[in-house]
Amino acid sequence: MQKVFGRPQGLTDLPFHYCPGCTHGIVHRLVGEVLEELDIIGDTIGVAPVGCAGFSLDFFACDFVGAAHGRAQAVATGIKRALPDKIVFTYQGDGDIAAIGTAHAIHVAARGEKITTIMVNNAVFGMTGGQMAPTTIGGQVTTTSPYGRDCALVGAPIDLPKTVATLNGAVYVAACAVDTPKNILQAKKCIKKAFQVQQRGLGYALVSVLSTCPTNWGLSPVDCLKWLQENMMPVYEMGELKMTEEVKAL
Amino acid sequence: MSKELMKGNEAIGEAAIRAGCKLFFGYPITPSTEIVEYLAKYLPKAGGTVLQGEDEVASINMCYGAATTGTRVMTASSSPGFSLKQEGLSFLAAAELPVVIVNVNRVGPGLGGLGPSQADYFQCTKGGGHGGYRQIVLAPSKGQELYDFTLEAFDLADRYRTPVVIMADGFLGQMMEPVELKKPAQAELPAKDWTVGGCRGRAKRKIASYALTNEVGEANNLHWQAKWARMQDTLQRWESFHAEDAEYLIVGFGTCGRIAKSTVLAARRQGLKVGLIRPITLWPFPVKAFADLGGVKGILTVELNFGQMVEDVKLAVECRTPVFSHNRVGGMMPSEGEILRKLGQVFGLAVEV
Repeated sequence: MQKVFGRPQGLTDLPFHYCPGCTHGIVHRLVGEVLEELDIIGDTIGVAPVGCAGFSLDFFACDFVGAAHGRAQAVATGIKRALPDKIVFTYQGDGDIAAIGTAHAIHVAARGEKITTIMVNNAVFGMTGGQMAPTTIGGQVTTTSPYGRDCALVGAPIDLPKTVATLNGAVYVAACAVDTPKNILQAKKCIKKAFQVQQRGLGYALVSVLSTCPTNWGLSPVDCLKWLQENMMPVYEMGELKMTEEVKAL
Repeated sequence: MSKELMKGNEAIGEAAIRAGCKLFFGYPITPSTEIVEYLAKYLPKAGGTVLQGEDEVASINMCYGAATTGTRVMTASSSPGFSLKQEGLSFLAAAELPVVIVNVNRVGPGLGGLGPSQADYFQCTKGGGHGGYRQIVLAPSKGQELYDFTLEAFDLADRYRTPVVIMADGFLGQMMEPVELKKPAQAELPAKDWTVGGCRGRAKRKIASYALTNEVGEANNLHWQAKWARMQDTLQRWESFHAEDAEYLIVGFGTCGRIAKSTVLAARRQGLKVGLIRPITLWPFPVKAFADLGGVKGILTVELNFGQMVEDVKLAVECRTPVFSHNRVGGMMPSEGEILRKLGQVFGLAVEV
């Protein structure tokens, strides 16, 4: 029988440990496909965060390093400065990059560090059981905002890509989602571009991907996609937020 | 070989360059700032890079990343900054990554002050970060040793795949002394066949310390502990000074070890059989130096803290002889005379000061 569909070479054959309906699997696949299509699996070092993607270092086929919570971009900086000719990327959740790792998220962009960051935003701390993240939407119920996020009390969610886009060293910033086939294809284009930016040594590239968390949101996978569209998309600026002329010419 | 007059911190920087350190990630803090300044000036000329991190946390994690590639890398700080590096040190120990970390101690706790101190002894030797780990801690006592130990620290880090801390103090870091710029020893070191750098032509590698299976967690800890036990057995180092026939021993490291030396000579001039044990490795603590106490009637430790190393001395001595402690804190230094007086006081000796 002819094999018509399989895993991209950028992924190992280990089964994902993610919850059913979680979109981490889709994002993993997109990154795996991009690594394969750009033929950089053997030249890439990934950095895993702390959180649900803490075990992503087993799922990607390239070399991988596990970082402390929020420190992935500092670790990636060390790797890239040591091996400037290699491809270095971080794969981080919103809790990791936009809370405890914010200082690094800002400064890695300010320095124009030639790395790629994939930020997966599901509006909660997933691994610890669905606590409020800096990205939690106003009114959203989590275990640490049981009456809904009160923005008057704890502030409004942070739109990290928008903030990062203001920094000169960030040459490509995109905010995508993996809620529909169309958006999944668009997300892949953005992820691919973010790696191509690094291949050309143009500067820092960040792709944020709005993602779902059926387990902690307490919704079915299909309802999660609807919730993402109705609640997250209006809050987070979507699309290619920043592209320098050099990136446009890619 | 000719000597150069250098600040202690500069000697550390120069040694790092000559040891083949290619990356330095740091953040300025008194009294260690000259290290990042010196390297910012000279490391690029030697083909390396200095990157000033947004904070100490970033700097130690940049070191972590660089070390995964097998590149020689260093960071330096002083006490409050060293506190911020503890998370990273725990991760370095667990991932078994070679990094050299300099802590030029200043006065604490809190923001403290800029004077010399040895109050980070516990933090350096007992694992200042979480989880129970060990790291080599070297205690230089003069400019030449700042240079020599920094050279050696890179080899030790590579040999044992471990963070190595140089524990100095503001006095040593700031003082100018003649330093002989020796060439690094051509040590035979294990191949770095564990680094990441792209898996083209070989199997994928990963460097991490995460295990959610308790059986795996225990096995990992047993593996680390076996390495630390091996290091404890082979790496203990100290200097003995008139200790062979001593009736009273002073134990002091770093700056205190240096002051204690002249105290020993002054005591000997008065006919008192005083000797010195100067720990060079603070971890592993030189327990072997206290194996045979011969005719020792008592021990006095001298420290720039309220008595931290004294606990390790007591553990090594196991109540075979009384152990006292003389302490100065807040940036103050003990004088030869006051150490002599303390010896006389605690051991009932007639001393002239």
